[in-house]
Amino acid sequence: MSMAAEGAASAAAGVAGKPAGPDPWLPRLGRIVSRRRDSRDAWTLEIREQIPQSASFRPGQFNMLTAFGIGEVPISLSGDPAAMDRLIHTIRPVGPVSTALAQMRPGAAIGLRGPFGSGWPLRQAVGGDVLVVAGGLGLAPLRPVLYALLAGRERYGRITLLYGSRSPDDVLFHREIVSWSRRQRIEVHVTVDHAASGWDGHVGVVTTLVPRAQCEPQRTVALVCGPEVMMRLTVAALHAHGIPHEAIYLSMERNMKCALGLCGRCQLQSVLVCRDGPVFRYDRVRGLFAHKEL
Amino acid sequence: MESAPLAAITLGGLQALFDELKNQGYRVVGPVVRDGAIVYDDIGAVSELPRGWKDEQDGGHYRLVRRSNDARFGYAVGPHSWKKYLHPPLQPLWRARREDDRMSVEPERAVPERFAFIGVRACELRAIAVQDRVLLGGAHADLHYQARRNGAFIVALNCSQAGGTCFCVSMNAGPKVDSGFDLALTEIAEGGEPLYIVAAGSEAGRKLLSALPHREAQSQEVAAAAAIVARTAASMGREMQADDVKELLQHNLDHPRWDEVAERCLACGNCTMVCPTCFCTSVQDSSDLAGLEFSRSRRWDSCFTSDFSYIHGGSVRTSTRSRYRQWITHKLASWFDQFGSSGCVGCGRCITWCPVGIDIAEEVRAIRESERPSAAEPSGESAAGGITPVKQR
Repeated sequence: MSMAAEGAASAAAGVAGKPAGPDPWLPRLGRIVSRRRDSRDAWTLEIREQIPQSASFRPGQFNMLTAFGIGEVPISLSGDPAAMDRLIHTIRPVGPVSTALAQMRPGAAIGLRGPFGSGWPLRQAVGGDVLVVAGGLGLAPLRPVLYALLAGRERYGRITLLYGSRSPDDVLFHREIVSWSRRQRIEVHVTVDHAASGWDGHVGVVTTLVPRAQCEPQRTVALVCGPEVMMRLTVAALHAHGIPHEAIYLSMERNMKCALGLCGRCQLQSVLVCRDGPVFRYDRVRGLFAHKEL
Repeated sequence: MESAPLAAITLGGLQALFDELKNQGYRVVGPVVRDGAIVYDDIGAVSELPRGWKDEQDGGHYRLVRRSNDARFGYAVGPHSWKKYLHPPLQPLWRARREDDRMSVEPERAVPERFAFIGVRACELRAIAVQDRVLLGGAHADLHYQARRNGAFIVALNCSQAGGTCFCVSMNAGPKVDSGFDLALTEIAEGGEPLYIVAAGSEAGRKLLSALPHREAQSQEVAAAAAIVARTAASMGREMQADDVKELLQHNLDHPRWDEVAERCLACGNCTMVCPTCFCTSVQDSSDLAGLEFSRSRRWDSCFTSDFSYIHGGSVRTSTRSRYRQWITHKLASWFDQFGSSGCVGCGRCITWCPVGIDIAEEVRAIRESERPSAAEPSGESAAGGITPVKQR
């Protein structure tokens, strides 16, 4: 092929001259190792990559998971960040892709890209108290942070988990929560919106648990994940409890197609959730909570 | 910049340029008349250029009308932009195959197709620079865009005619091209056969120009070319006060004007399709019936669809009000936060191709003129939960 003016630089050269790396749109291959039901309608998948990578991730990050022929969705990592060879994801079937993923049996092929996104601020929490507030499936992206906090237990003050769920059947990771609580290494309060017979725990929304948290507000870092309305009300309750806005972190959600900052789908006014989040310090996204449908 | 004298070429020289680009392996694309509009398509001969046409543009209005001379570039911009080549509407991403329970995934090779663009306006050069920042400037470069972008040869054009919806002057994006081109033309069409005053903007452009039949431009020709661009700059069809538009819109996210514009907006997404900087995409997966072959492709998407903001449980932006607000605040305000520049280049396409003629400049003006301190206060309902709404200052 005759080339453009033998090596002469065109206007395009240099503008876009980055070396071509691996294609970030291309999924890696993995297989399902195990599948377990973790609540009435949430399943936890354990995935092993075909070509093992260092599976290290920061608690709060997510992967893009592909069900071949169906589609791809962002799912947070819900496993132990110290277990390097297995990827754990907890999935509730809501759309076609999450339904296909949640139904995958051991041996099934899955595609994955990631991990992507910002993590929970573990470093800022060292030396102080940590308050973890989860609503519903929001406990999944917070479980890695609990593993990490427990692994370095002596570096933190009081650790409290406030967890709100729709009903007793919807309580995620039930056995684990009981064991965390029994071993007294963290203080756990669980509430349900609607009780059933046999439930002798707290009933009400998760914000009603905030006054029970045994933490020193001025030296507490709060990590919050759940539906947007739950996070909005929780922030108000935490603030009323004396925790400053700068010490509150949220995990935000918007539709995502690429997780690379290229598709534009996860815009939330000034930020792209995949690129700048999903974990944000509250004061960074505070203005966004004041307007509907952003 | 370079003090090299400007060159002058005739239509014959322009044909030689097309031929030489083709010889060098470029796919030459430029303006042609099709279906009553000037669009960008493959072009081989100068006889295919839109001779003697101009475009009459207004809100929701586009007509080709005869002009009094034989200018080939006497129009403003049509519904197409160069993003259809650099960031195409449909881009295959990868294929996967299952064989004996073994999966394999193959990327769609980023085809290094080398385009030569003929007649790229200043606003369009700016739009390409905006997409460069979005698609190449972050942590993950888009390899498909990168391959096409790196291979492109750009023949820019100083505008001799402002369109009825143009406001590049307001956005500081034209009408004179200043950088980012290989060659830049100014068409002098008065008095018969057009003449093109040519500047080279790159080494590749200089080499190519030297291979064309050309002469040095005379000083009165250079002055005439400058006067043409100055006349264009002085006859913009629209204007927008852009210096504080970011703050203006970000302070007015609950302005009643959003409800008013939603009464007219059809949420059709035309503005996003014709916009030269809109880059949003969706992906689509497919498989064969046997479940052995899979593929994923990406296609242009629009923030006006309900699917765009869908998360479990429903769309975040259900109302037309919120979708129009998303589009215009992204374009003129949050684009600065996300990518360090405005997302608007003042080309006016969104005004012209809006079926109901919604005018981005007029919407900004309406908000500016009716801005009241109380308009920036969120409603009591949206401030529920005792959170003090922030007013950014």
